[in-house]
Amino acid sequence: MRVELLFWDGCPSHPRALLELRAAMDALGLDPGTVIVREIDTEDAAGAERFTGSPTIRVDGADVQDVAAAPAALTCRVYHRRDGRVSPVPDPDDLRDALRAAMKEPA
Amino acid sequence: MTLAIGDPVPTFCLPAAEGGESGLGEHTPAVVVFTCNHCPYALAWHDRILDVARDTDVPLFLVNPNDGHKYPRDSFAAMKERVEADGGWPAPYLRDEDQAVARAFGARTTPDVFVVAGDGTLAYRGAPDRDHDDPGEHAAWLRGAIGAALAGRPADPAETEPVGCSVKWR
Repeated sequence: MRVELLFWDGCPSHPRALLELRAAMDALGLDPGTVIVREIDTEDAAGAERFTGSPTIRVDGADVQDVAAAPAALTCRVYHRRDGRVSPVPDPDDLRDALRAAMKEPA
Repeated sequence: MTLAIGDPVPTFCLPAAEGGESGLGEHTPAVVVFTCNHCPYALAWHDRILDVARDTDVPLFLVNPNDGHKYPRDSFAAMKERVEADGGWPAPYLRDEDQAVARAFGARTTPDVFVVAGDGTLAYRGAPDRDHDDPGEHAAWLRGAIGAALAGRPADPAETEPVGCSVKWR
Protein backbone atom coordinates (compact mmCIF):
# COMPACT_ATOMS: atom_id res chain seq x y z
CA MET A 1 0.00 0.00 0.00
CA ARG A 2 1.33 3.46 -0.93
CA VAL A 3 0.31 6.19 1.50
CA GLU A 4 1.33 9.73 0.57
CA LEU A 5 0.98 13.06 2.35
CA LEU A 6 1.59 16.08 0.15
CA PHE A 7 1.97 19.44 1.85
CA TRP A 8 2.70 23.11 1.19
CA ASP A 9 4.75 24.82 3.86
CA GLY A 10 2.64 28.00 3.74
CA CYS A 11 -0.15 26.15 5.51
CA PRO A 12 0.27 25.01 9.14
CA SER A 13 -2.04 21.96 8.89
CA HIS A 14 0.30 19.18 7.83
CA PRO A 15 2.02 18.28 11.14
CA ARG A 16 -1.35 17.47 12.70
CA ALA A 17 -2.52 15.66 9.56
CA LEU A 18 0.63 13.52 9.56
CA LEU A 19 0.18 12.73 13.23
CA GLU A 20 -3.43 11.65 12.72
CA LEU A 21 -2.58 9.70 9.57
CA ARG A 22 0.16 7.78 11.36
CA ALA A 23 -2.17 7.09 14.29
CA ALA A 24 -4.82 5.72 11.91
CA MET A 25 -2.26 3.47 10.23
CA ASP A 26 -0.96 2.23 13.56
CA ALA A 27 -4.50 1.44 14.73
CA LEU A 28 -5.03 -0.70 11.63
CA GLY A 29 -1.76 -2.58 12.00
CA LEU A 30 0.02 -0.69 9.22
CA ASP A 31 3.55 0.66 9.58
CA PRO A 32 3.24 4.44 10.22
CA GLY A 33 6.84 4.86 9.12
CA THR A 34 5.96 4.05 5.52
CA VAL A 35 4.10 7.30 4.87
CA ILE A 36 5.70 9.15 1.97
CA VAL A 37 5.80 12.86 2.80
CA ARG A 38 6.41 15.24 -0.08
CA GLU A 39 6.52 19.03 -0.17
CA ILE A 40 4.80 20.89 -3.00
CA ASP A 41 6.47 24.26 -3.27
CA THR A 42 5.70 25.69 -6.70
CA GLU A 43 2.55 26.33 -8.67
CA ASP A 44 3.93 24.18 -11.48
CA ALA A 45 4.39 21.27 -9.07
CA ALA A 46 0.86 21.81 -7.73
CA GLY A 47 -0.51 21.58 -11.25
CA ALA A 48 1.51 18.51 -12.12
CA GLU A 49 0.43 16.73 -8.94
CA ARG A 50 -3.22 17.90 -9.13
CA PHE A 51 -2.56 19.33 -5.68
CA THR A 52 -5.67 21.23 -4.57
CA GLY A 53 -4.40 22.24 -1.16
CA SER A 54 -2.38 21.31 1.89
CA PRO A 55 -2.49 18.68 3.23
CA THR A 56 -3.48 16.18 0.54
CA ILE A 57 -3.47 12.53 1.55
CA ARG A 58 -3.64 9.74 -1.00
CA VAL A 59 -3.88 6.01 -0.47
CA ASP A 60 -2.78 4.06 -3.53
CA GLY A 61 -3.31 7.26 -5.51
CA ALA A 62 -6.87 7.85 -4.31
CA ASP A 63 -7.65 11.02 -2.32
CA VAL A 64 -9.08 10.35 1.14
CA GLN A 65 -11.85 12.88 0.50
CA ASP A 66 -13.49 13.92 -2.76
CA VAL A 67 -11.76 16.96 -4.23
CA ALA A 68 -14.74 18.02 -6.35
CA ALA A 69 -13.66 20.48 -9.03
CA ALA A 70 -11.12 22.39 -6.97
CA PRO A 71 -8.27 23.90 -9.00
CA ALA A 72 -4.64 23.07 -8.29
CA ALA A 73 -3.19 25.69 -5.95
CA LEU A 74 -0.69 26.44 -3.22
CA THR A 75 -3.23 26.93 -0.47
CA CYS A 76 -4.71 25.35 2.64
CA ARG A 77 -7.28 22.72 1.89
CA VAL A 78 -10.77 22.79 3.36
CA TYR A 79 -12.06 19.50 4.78
CA HIS A 80 -15.41 18.70 6.32
CA ARG A 81 -15.73 16.61 9.45
CA ARG A 82 -18.49 14.05 9.55
CA ASP A 83 -20.46 16.34 11.87
CA GLY A 84 -20.33 19.08 9.22
CA ARG A 85 -17.64 21.24 10.80
CA VAL A 86 -15.02 22.83 8.55
CA SER A 87 -11.53 21.62 9.33
CA PRO A 88 -8.00 22.05 7.94
CA VAL A 89 -7.41 18.28 8.23
CA PRO A 90 -9.46 15.21 7.20
CA ASP A 91 -11.78 13.50 9.63
CA PRO A 92 -9.83 10.62 11.27
CA ASP A 93 -12.74 8.32 10.37
CA ASP A 94 -12.26 9.21 6.70
CA LEU A 95 -8.57 8.34 7.03
CA ARG A 96 -9.37 4.97 8.57
CA ASP A 97 -12.03 4.21 5.95
CA ALA A 98 -9.64 5.03 3.10
CA LEU A 99 -6.95 2.82 4.60
CA ARG A 100 -9.39 -0.02 5.27
CA ALA A 101 -10.71 0.14 1.70
CA ALA A 102 -7.18 -0.10 0.31
CA MET A 103 -6.40 -3.04 2.61
CA LYS A 104 -9.35 -4.98 1.18
CA GLU A 105 -8.37 -4.47 -2.41
CA PRO A 106 -6.28 -7.21 -4.02
CA ALA A 107 -2.67 -6.22 -4.62
CA MET B 1 5.71 46.51 10.10
CA THR B 2 3.79 44.83 12.90
CA LEU B 3 1.73 46.62 15.51
CA ALA B 4 2.76 46.01 19.10
CA ILE B 5 0.47 46.11 22.10
CA GLY B 6 0.00 49.76 23.06
CA ASP B 7 0.78 51.13 19.59
CA PRO B 8 -1.69 53.55 18.00
CA VAL B 9 -3.86 51.63 15.53
CA PRO B 10 -4.19 53.15 12.05
CA THR B 11 -7.65 54.15 10.87
CA PHE B 12 -8.91 52.99 7.47
CA CYS B 13 -11.89 53.06 5.17
CA LEU B 14 -12.48 50.25 2.65
CA PRO B 15 -15.19 49.10 0.22
CA ALA B 16 -17.66 46.70 1.79
CA ALA B 17 -19.09 43.54 0.25
CA GLU B 18 -22.49 44.71 1.48
CA GLY B 19 -22.09 47.94 -0.51
CA GLY B 20 -20.65 51.34 0.34
CA GLU B 21 -17.59 51.81 2.49
CA SER B 22 -16.79 51.21 6.12
CA GLY B 23 -13.83 51.06 8.42
CA LEU B 24 -12.11 51.92 11.62
CA GLY B 25 -12.50 55.57 12.51
CA GLU B 26 -12.78 57.39 15.78
CA HIS B 27 -15.20 54.93 17.36
CA THR B 28 -13.31 52.80 19.83
CA PRO B 29 -13.08 50.20 21.30
CA ALA B 30 -13.31 48.22 18.08
CA VAL B 31 -12.26 44.90 16.56
CA VAL B 32 -10.48 44.27 13.26
CA VAL B 33 -10.26 40.68 12.02
CA PHE B 34 -8.27 39.82 8.92
CA THR B 35 -10.03 36.87 7.33
CA CYS B 36 -10.90 35.36 3.97
CA ASN B 37 -13.13 32.99 2.03
CA HIS B 38 -10.84 30.10 1.30
CA CYS B 39 -8.88 29.28 4.44
CA PRO B 40 -10.15 26.39 6.60
CA TYR B 41 -8.98 28.12 9.79
CA ALA B 42 -10.87 31.29 8.89
CA LEU B 43 -13.93 29.23 8.02
CA ALA B 44 -13.72 27.17 11.21
CA TRP B 45 -13.66 30.33 13.36
CA HIS B 46 -16.08 32.31 11.21
CA ASP B 47 -19.35 31.58 13.05
CA ARG B 48 -17.73 32.22 16.43
CA ILE B 49 -16.49 35.62 15.27
CA LEU B 50 -19.88 36.57 13.84
CA ASP B 51 -21.45 35.55 17.17
CA VAL B 52 -19.15 38.05 18.88
CA ALA B 53 -20.35 40.74 16.47
CA ARG B 54 -23.95 39.87 17.35
CA ASP B 55 -23.29 39.83 21.10
CA THR B 56 -21.52 43.17 21.46
CA ASP B 57 -22.06 46.80 20.53
CA VAL B 58 -18.35 47.16 19.84
CA PRO B 59 -17.82 47.71 16.08
CA LEU B 60 -16.22 44.68 14.38
CA PHE B 61 -14.67 44.84 10.93
CA LEU B 62 -13.81 41.81 8.82
CA VAL B 63 -11.05 42.58 6.31
CA ASN B 64 -10.03 40.31 3.43
CA PRO B 65 -6.55 41.27 2.17
CA ASN B 66 -5.78 38.20 0.04
CA ASP B 67 -4.64 38.46 -3.57
CA GLY B 68 -7.87 37.87 -5.48
CA HIS B 69 -6.05 37.24 -8.75
CA LYS B 70 -4.07 34.23 -7.57
CA TYR B 71 -6.90 33.17 -5.24
CA PRO B 72 -10.18 33.90 -7.05
CA ARG B 73 -12.21 32.59 -4.12
CA ASP B 74 -11.03 35.73 -2.28
CA SER B 75 -11.95 38.21 -5.01
CA PHE B 76 -14.29 41.08 -4.14
CA ALA B 77 -16.96 39.44 -6.32
CA ALA B 78 -16.61 36.19 -4.37
CA MET B 79 -16.83 38.10 -1.07
CA LYS B 80 -20.08 39.74 -2.21
CA GLU B 81 -21.51 36.37 -3.29
CA ARG B 82 -20.68 34.82 0.07
CA VAL B 83 -22.32 37.56 2.13
CA GLU B 84 -25.36 37.56 -0.13
CA ALA B 85 -25.67 33.77 0.06
CA ASP B 86 -25.68 34.05 3.87
CA GLY B 87 -28.40 36.72 3.81
CA GLY B 88 -26.05 39.35 5.25
CA TRP B 89 -23.56 39.38 8.12
CA PRO B 90 -23.65 41.28 11.44
CA ALA B 91 -20.31 42.93 10.60
CA PRO B 92 -19.02 44.58 7.41
CA TYR B 93 -16.79 42.44 5.17
CA LEU B 94 -14.20 44.78 3.69
CA ARG B 95 -11.93 44.46 0.68
CA ASP B 96 -8.28 45.44 1.22
CA GLU B 97 -7.44 45.32 -2.48
CA ASP B 98 -3.99 46.91 -2.30
CA GLN B 99 -3.24 45.16 1.01
CA ALA B 100 -2.22 48.49 2.57
CA VAL B 101 -4.33 47.92 5.70
CA ALA B 102 -2.97 44.42 6.23
CA ARG B 103 0.56 45.75 5.87
CA ALA B 104 -0.12 48.65 8.25
CA PHE B 105 -1.38 46.21 10.89
CA GLY B 106 1.26 43.58 10.16
CA ALA B 107 -1.40 40.92 9.60
CA ARG B 108 0.14 37.49 9.14
CA THR B 109 -2.67 35.00 8.88
CA THR B 110 -6.35 34.56 8.29
CA PRO B 111 -7.74 34.90 10.82
CA ASP B 112 -5.64 37.48 12.66
CA VAL B 113 -7.51 39.39 15.36
CA PHE B 114 -6.78 42.94 16.56
CA VAL B 115 -8.73 44.56 19.41
CA VAL B 116 -8.47 48.34 19.67
CA ALA B 117 -8.74 49.90 23.13
CA GLY B 118 -10.82 52.97 23.92
CA ASP B 119 -7.80 55.23 23.50
CA GLY B 120 -7.14 53.95 19.97
CA THR B 121 -4.17 51.75 20.87
CA LEU B 122 -3.76 48.03 20.29
CA ALA B 123 -5.11 46.03 23.23
CA TYR B 124 -5.05 42.46 21.85
CA ARG B 125 -3.59 40.64 18.88
CA GLY B 126 -3.76 36.98 18.00
CA ALA B 127 -6.20 34.09 17.61
CA PRO B 128 -9.91 34.27 18.51
CA ASP B 129 -9.45 31.47 21.05
CA ARG B 130 -7.18 28.53 21.77
CA ASP B 131 -8.65 25.98 19.33
CA HIS B 132 -10.13 26.43 15.85
CA ASP B 133 -11.49 22.92 16.13
CA ASP B 134 -13.58 23.52 19.25
CA PRO B 135 -16.66 25.73 18.81
CA GLY B 136 -17.13 25.48 22.57
CA GLU B 137 -14.25 27.92 22.99
CA HIS B 138 -16.65 30.71 21.87
CA ALA B 139 -13.83 33.03 20.78
CA ALA B 140 -12.93 33.39 24.46
CA TRP B 141 -9.72 35.39 23.96
CA LEU B 142 -11.48 37.85 21.67
CA ARG B 143 -14.44 38.21 24.04
CA GLY B 144 -12.10 38.66 26.99
CA ALA B 145 -10.14 41.37 25.21
CA ILE B 146 -13.33 43.24 24.28
CA GLY B 147 -14.54 43.05 27.88
CA ALA B 148 -11.20 44.38 29.13
CA ALA B 149 -11.24 47.21 26.60
CA LEU B 150 -14.74 48.20 27.66
CA ALA B 151 -13.67 48.15 31.30
CA GLY B 152 -10.56 50.19 30.55
CA ARG B 153 -8.10 47.52 31.71
CA PRO B 154 -5.40 45.53 29.87
CA ALA B 155 -6.41 42.34 28.08
CA ASP B 156 -5.20 39.06 29.57
CA PRO B 157 -3.79 37.56 27.47
CA ALA B 158 -2.91 40.63 25.44
CA GLU B 159 -1.13 38.65 22.77
CA THR B 160 -1.43 35.12 21.40
CA GLU B 161 -0.01 33.42 18.35
CA PRO B 162 -2.23 34.01 15.31
CA VAL B 163 -3.16 30.65 13.77
CA GLY B 164 -4.29 30.20 10.19
CA CYS B 165 -3.35 30.42 6.54
CA SER B 166 -0.70 32.94 5.57
CA VAL B 167 -1.97 36.21 4.10
CA LYS B 168 -1.72 35.81 0.32
CA TRP B 169 0.45 38.78 -0.63
CA ARG B 170 0.67 40.02 -4.20
